[in-house]
Amino acid sequence: MGKIKQSIKRKIFQIAAFGFSNAHLMNFKGGRIYKGKWKDFCSPGLNCYSCPAASFSCPIGALQAVNGSMEFNFSFYVTGLLLAFGVIFGRGICGWFCPFGLFQELLHKIPVPKFKLWKGFLYLKYIILVVFVFILPIAVTNFMGMGKPAFCQFICPAGTLEGGIPLLSTHPELRQTIGSLFSLKMFILIVTIACCIFIYRFFCKALCPLGAIYGIMNKVSIYHLEIDKDKCVDCGKCQNICKMEVNPVDKPNSAECIRCGECVHACPKNALYLGFNLSSKKTAQTQKTAPVQNKGKI
Amino acid sequence: MKNIARVAVFVVAGAFALYGITRGEVAVVFSKAVNICLECIGLG
Repeated sequence: MGKIKQSIKRKIFQIAAFGFSNAHLMNFKGGRIYKGKWKDFCSPGLNCYSCPAASFSCPIGALQAVNGSMEFNFSFYVTGLLLAFGVIFGRGICGWFCPFGLFQELLHKIPVPKFKLWKGFLYLKYIILVVFVFILPIAVTNFMGMGKPAFCQFICPAGTLEGGIPLLSTHPELRQTIGSLFSLKMFILIVTIACCIFIYRFFCKALCPLGAIYGIMNKVSIYHLEIDKDKCVDCGKCQNICKMEVNPVDKPNSAECIRCGECVHACPKNALYLGFNLSSKKTAQTQKTAPVQNKGKI
Repeated sequence: MKNIARVAVFVVAGAFALYGITRGEVAVVFSKAVNICLECIGLG
């Protein structure tokens, strides 16, 4: 019962976050994008700012925009925002707030055989972060000194899905300029969707530069996972239930953990704690009291 | 030790964000975000 409530609670939060990040749904009709002042701020999750409904800027797009601008070579503003989001929530943003993360989870519900991702692919997102988000926009510039957002241009499937398809549907003049780049991006989108159906959160695991940043912050984030080794009996249930293929006993603050909380509720000994408590010894005693009581009532 | 690291990262985050705001980076973010990003939608 506690496990069902946790997954439903998280799904409700994700849907609310999706709506918060994409509040301007009426813009889909006319193919407009929101141009208000809220776009001064970055959404914590990956959400293309060319999505007609987008309320905020995409943090990765904004990072590249400033990195590749004529005036600057590095974005202190966006980096500061990402550090702040990361030190508070870590990759909990991926698990609870990211619209594209929600999309991937819904795809994964399609009933087909599921597979694990080869561990080597986990490092690809760090390469993408360094090369496509930082190096290319800064180093590859035109005669005016402006670089292009290389991750957005060559890789990001969220941009193709949320911005490209809706805008090209409503702007016939844009369709005339479709070329090989759009074909590449559609190919990447289709492959990403297919992989997400078979592999849980494939894009998050292998490709997302934002997940790479927040994953590094998992080591110090206030919202964190703790294990009480005195209670743990090494039954392995937490590892078995983890769809991000993390072993919470060995690495409770793994860079791959999206803080979904499934392991906490799977633990039969209440040995895991997920929360904001800064005191290191406050574990599941306080967290799971209510579900344990509910078990008696059922 | 972890709490010290958290505070340090938070201070750096705040300093970075403030410095970026004062030197005008927000305007760059805004101008990119309110125009259709042709690169993002695959038109390059």
